[in-house]
Amino acid sequence: MKSYASIAAVVALLACVPLLTASNVALNFMVVALLIALVGQGWNVLGGYGGQYSFGHAAFFGTGAYVTAILQVHYGLNAWLGLVIGIAAGALIGAITGALSFRSGLRGSYFALVTLAFAEVLRIVASVAPITGAGVGTLIKLDLRWETFQFQSRAPFYWIILAFVAASLVLVKLMEGSRFGAYLVAVRENEDAAKAVGIDVLRVKLAAMTLSAAITAAGGCFYAQYFLFLDAGIAYGPWISVEALLAPIIGGIGTVYGPLLGALVVKTLGEVTKLATGDAPGLDLVIYGCVLILVVAFAPQGIAGLLRRRA
Amino acid sequence: MSEILRVENVSRRFGGLLALDRAALTVTEGQIVALVGPNGAGKTTLFSIVTGFLKPTDGRVFYRGAEITGMPPHLLARRGIARTFQIAQPFAGLTVRENIAVGAHLSRPARADALAAAEDVAQAVGLTPALDRPAASLTVAGRKRLELARALAIEPQLLLLDEVLAGLNPSELRDMVPVIRAIAQRGITILMIEHVMQAVMSLAEGVFVLAEGRIIAHGAPREIAADPRVIEAYLGHGAAERMRQHG
Repeated sequence: MKSYASIAAVVALLACVPLLTASNVALNFMVVALLIALVGQGWNVLGGYGGQYSFGHAAFFGTGAYVTAILQVHYGLNAWLGLVIGIAAGALIGAITGALSFRSGLRGSYFALVTLAFAEVLRIVASVAPITGAGVGTLIKLDLRWETFQFQSRAPFYWIILAFVAASLVLVKLMEGSRFGAYLVAVRENEDAAKAVGIDVLRVKLAAMTLSAAITAAGGCFYAQYFLFLDAGIAYGPWISVEALLAPIIGGIGTVYGPLLGALVVKTLGEVTKLATGDAPGLDLVIYGCVLILVVAFAPQGIAGLLRRRA
Repeated sequence: MSEILRVENVSRRFGGLLALDRAALTVTEGQIVALVGPNGAGKTTLFSIVTGFLKPTDGRVFYRGAEITGMPPHLLARRGIARTFQIAQPFAGLTVRENIAVGAHLSRPARADALAAAEDVAQAVGLTPALDRPAASLTVAGRKRLELARALAIEPQLLLLDEVLAGLNPSELRDMVPVIRAIAQRGITILMIEHVMQAVMSLAEGVFVLAEGRIIAHGAPREIAADPRVIEAYLGHGAAERMRQHG
């Protein structure tokens, strides 16, 4: 119970941000940071708790984003309904890629490479398929009403993405205290030992990948509504796969708060770098790389691990 | 007493190596049965086949009269067959309590129930003081106990122990033998691979001897120890004869 109270406290604190500042720059920064926290939480379920390191979460992010956008643009579907279907579509892609790779017994770097390949295939298909707008991209028509999941100001977007993040925190916390969570961690730690105590390793991995993909797809859906524009490089590009794993690894892999902590730290570092260097292109990525090396070398449990060690 | 496990002419080939050659054995419910044999005889391979980690090239395995040949390990575990690993396989990043709880989850969906059951199992194998330590920090003896505890936590009917006594010092051995006996007294049938003959002699009611993939002898421990075929399997051809001559 104490842990749910702490989630409530963190979320309540974050919910106050739009009351303190009306600055579009500040709110935009926070929205993007929370979006990365959500996408990272998806990665964390599979990578952090399940030990299956994906390098292709763009596949789920992009599917969520495109499904939401295409359903609205081409089929006139309501955006909120698009969100639900987008999440389901992302989960389905997760289940399919999971079934294909886990059934073939792919582990470790082979699994990472296959997920990267799936995301790249989807990116290439999206960059030529007519329904995605191919090279031109997909533009969602501007229509600022809450029914269309579009808002004049940033604050509603901020609260919505915060609600998503809050839901993901609760979901992961629930998972941690469940049999499924215990089995997932057992699979991460030792697959043979897991089988010997009656765990259906394949099923556990598949369930984790489906859940992971659904959470990340929710981030994709939100992205589509927030920016109202998608192209193949945005939706399925490697950038989001990298952000998805960077946040939890830096924040604390396999912890409830890791992705949120990591996303805030990484995004802050990126902004500070931009301010300090006058927006030299790619320099924020260099900084991310350096931070990642430092974390892996000196704090393999991430920031959450460092905090726990001090406590 | 009824038969709980029957292995029928099981063979297993690894490329050019015939690791098991029509091995057959039966285990009666409620007994402690030992499987002994020189290194490389195929003991662990046989265990892996019975527990579903390997498929036999040929032959069949029956558990409580039903064929289980080639069934996956997790389904066999759910039917009541538990195993330990020769090289301990802890969930290294978890505490002892969490390790055992993973096993206890099999029949207990709720986390709190599994964690509570873990404490009882830890008590039975003498791991209570280590409950909150990370599994990775355990000594060899501790890891062997953890293997045993995790296997017990699934509440098996048939327990396969792969050298749980190997690598223990004499005092640890003295502590562990009664633990195994107590498990058997709870009605759990035990099939154990063991090199520590002193323990085999005191624990086992029946012994199967495996050499070069074949069961070469079976019987009561005393008979087995005096069997010339067994002595030769361990010490080489003609050893039994020489021992007799030199007294």
